[in-house]
Amino acid sequence: MAWLGLYNYWVVIFLMMAGFYAVITRGNLVKKIVGLNLFQTSVFILYISMSKVQGGTAPIVDNEFAIYSNPLPHVLILTAIVVGVATTALGLALVVRIRESYGTVEEDEIHHLDKSF
Amino acid sequence: MISQHLPALQVVIPLLTAPVCLLFNNARVAWILSLVASSVALVIAALLLQQVLTVGILTYEIGGWAAPWGIEYRIDPVNAFVLLIVAAIGTVVMSFAPRSVASEIPEQQIALFYAAYLLCLAGLLGIAATGDAFNLFVFLEISSLSSYVLISLGRDRRALTAAFQYLIMGTIGATFILIGVGLLYMMTGTLNMADLAKRLPLVADTRTVAAALAFLTVGISLKLALFPLHLWLPNAYAFAPSVVTAFIAATGTKVAVYMLLRFLFTVFGATLSFEAVLLPTILLPLSLVAVFSASIVAIFQDNIKRMLAYSSVAQIGYMILGLSFVSVTGLTACILHLFNHALMKGGLFLALGCVVYQLGSADISKFAGLGRRMPWTFAAIVVGGLSLIGVPLTVGFISKWYLVLAALESGQWWVAVLVLIGSLLAVVYMWRIVEVAFFQPAPRQGSQRREAPLSLLLPTWVLIGANIFFGINTDLTVGVAQRAAVWLLGGAS
Amino acid sequence: MRHHLILRIVAKLLIPPILLFALYVQFHGDFGPGGGFQAGVIFGAGFILYALIFGVETAKKVAQPEIVRVMVAVGVLLYGAVGLVSLLLGGSYLDYSVLAHDPVRGQHLGIFIIELGVGITVAAVMITIFFTFASRGRS
Repeated sequence: MAWLGLYNYWVVIFLMMAGFYAVITRGNLVKKIVGLNLFQTSVFILYISMSKVQGGTAPIVDNEFAIYSNPLPHVLILTAIVVGVATTALGLALVVRIRESYGTVEEDEIHHLDKSF
Repeated sequence: MISQHLPALQVVIPLLTAPVCLLFNNARVAWILSLVASSVALVIAALLLQQVLTVGILTYEIGGWAAPWGIEYRIDPVNAFVLLIVAAIGTVVMSFAPRSVASEIPEQQIALFYAAYLLCLAGLLGIAATGDAFNLFVFLEISSLSSYVLISLGRDRRALTAAFQYLIMGTIGATFILIGVGLLYMMTGTLNMADLAKRLPLVADTRTVAAALAFLTVGISLKLALFPLHLWLPNAYAFAPSVVTAFIAATGTKVAVYMLLRFLFTVFGATLSFEAVLLPTILLPLSLVAVFSASIVAIFQDNIKRMLAYSSVAQIGYMILGLSFVSVTGLTACILHLFNHALMKGGLFLALGCVVYQLGSADISKFAGLGRRMPWTFAAIVVGGLSLIGVPLTVGFISKWYLVLAALESGQWWVAVLVLIGSLLAVVYMWRIVEVAFFQPAPRQGSQRREAPLSLLLPTWVLIGANIFFGINTDLTVGVAQRAAVWLLGGAS
Repeated sequence: MRHHLILRIVAKLLIPPILLFALYVQFHGDFGPGGGFQAGVIFGAGFILYALIFGVETAKKVAQPEIVRVMVAVGVLLYGAVGLVSLLLGGSYLDYSVLAHDPVRGQHLGIFIIELGVGITVAAVMITIFFTFASRGRS
């Protein structure tokens, strides 16, 4: 049952593929952004689960504890989350502007209006 | 005292000028600030290159934290050269910018445009300067997010969809890079590239490292628009404002190629990645397919900006081709073409910026007879085109020469033949412009179009002139590129 | 939303503690979990809640878009300025140790100002994003 012991990776891969699938197959631009978010979130979990040290606590120095989780991936992911927020905001802003100039957020309708999408 | 801080200042100055632009919120002030910041970055880059060539590798510890723990900026011959390319193109493009931007972007957005440009410049310089794998991802996202904004500012509404498409593809690429870096960190416990290079051989045979290599290669290939991952590029270049196209076409993909060089050669080391995973068998065919498919598609484009965008995909193919030989000559060709292609595409897109400024469009149907009405602009396009084809006395010839040499050196003469045939395809698509502009009569109706103003022509001719100058005087470029190539291969073994 | 009495009363009760909690997270960040990012988001959330209940136009009177825009830039500049000051005092860029006579105090001071800059920018950006989306299509 070794493959079950690494269940966090299965979660990560499932989320990643679900997000990726949504990005590829959905024609609605907002749903694409949702898929992209899911995809990014799976990577956050990959990093966070990587930093877990067995028996370790949150990395706040205190005399009571000797083992701490690795704080570095947390910090890295904080940065990646900020990047994700910025990407989402920018993506949605583009969707708003696309909707204003095309009147739709469906990819195939936009494609129909402009051949070059 | 200041000279030891140059690696940090290189990135920090454009980065901090961006919020100042936001504070003033005035188009003219923002432009002056951006021009000054770009010029200062250029001076710093030139000083850094000179220091690297005389002293050797420069390192800088951000925040005073020692290298494997803190973020380290590490300047070696390769990235000093890339820094110089990016800063030089930024400066020339900024001197071109004010009139072109005023005609293409709404007045109240111009200050924000310059802020976004400065962030993009800072991001690109940061990618090149940093020696930390995660820091590279952060700078990559800074430059990407600002370039999505810049592209979406185009007048055509298709700029929005192009920017959205680029955002989706670019984010997937960047996330792949993030996964790759994460997997490397998992195996080695370090993010510093030099440290990674030392520790990776110990765990080289694991599947995790192989997966990291795969994720990084695919992610970076998305960013550099390697065939078949180039689909975002043509529309993004075609519908962005002229200034943005010139800047991003000349710098964005170049920095991505640099990332690939950095990861494949410095971090993984040539032996590990190329002999174990056989990247030449993947990258060599892909780059050749890129050259041919993109050149052939370029022939059939009616929007000239889009045509040159496809040509960029082809030219990136040449760079990756040079890289995939894994020899000093091949890498020299790759790095040379990095510089040379920045010059030619920067010059060509600026010349197109002049055309768009006068015509409001880059459609080939409007080009009829323009060769005589805008002689300087079209002379620039012709010289740039010759350089793209690789005619002697232009920079294009120098990089093709080394590429052919590298192909012959590796015993694959058929690759050299294919490179030459690929150049002939460039003749075909550049000839279309020449034919329409010089040999078709101008339409009778319509206003008399005249030459673009001097403030636009001058920066264009600076880049076009550089095409010829560095085509004749190759000491600097070939010398640096060769040193960089030797360093990449030597530093890796 | 004029007639949603419960919402308005509850919001009025909640917003001050939210802003206070944001300040706590901001300034306690050196000793416990917290810091500029989180504090900025919480602070911004307080404003966004206010705008949701009382309307974007009312919220714009409290947090004027021009001022919020200046805050976006000021936060980043504060961050960058700390770096430049430490550079002028003879350290590396962002080396806080040289900010005070004693390196430990310098580190404290440095991270404090840095996080303040981060907090200001994040809160201002959150509010700007909300305002931009919420007032789109009406003006």
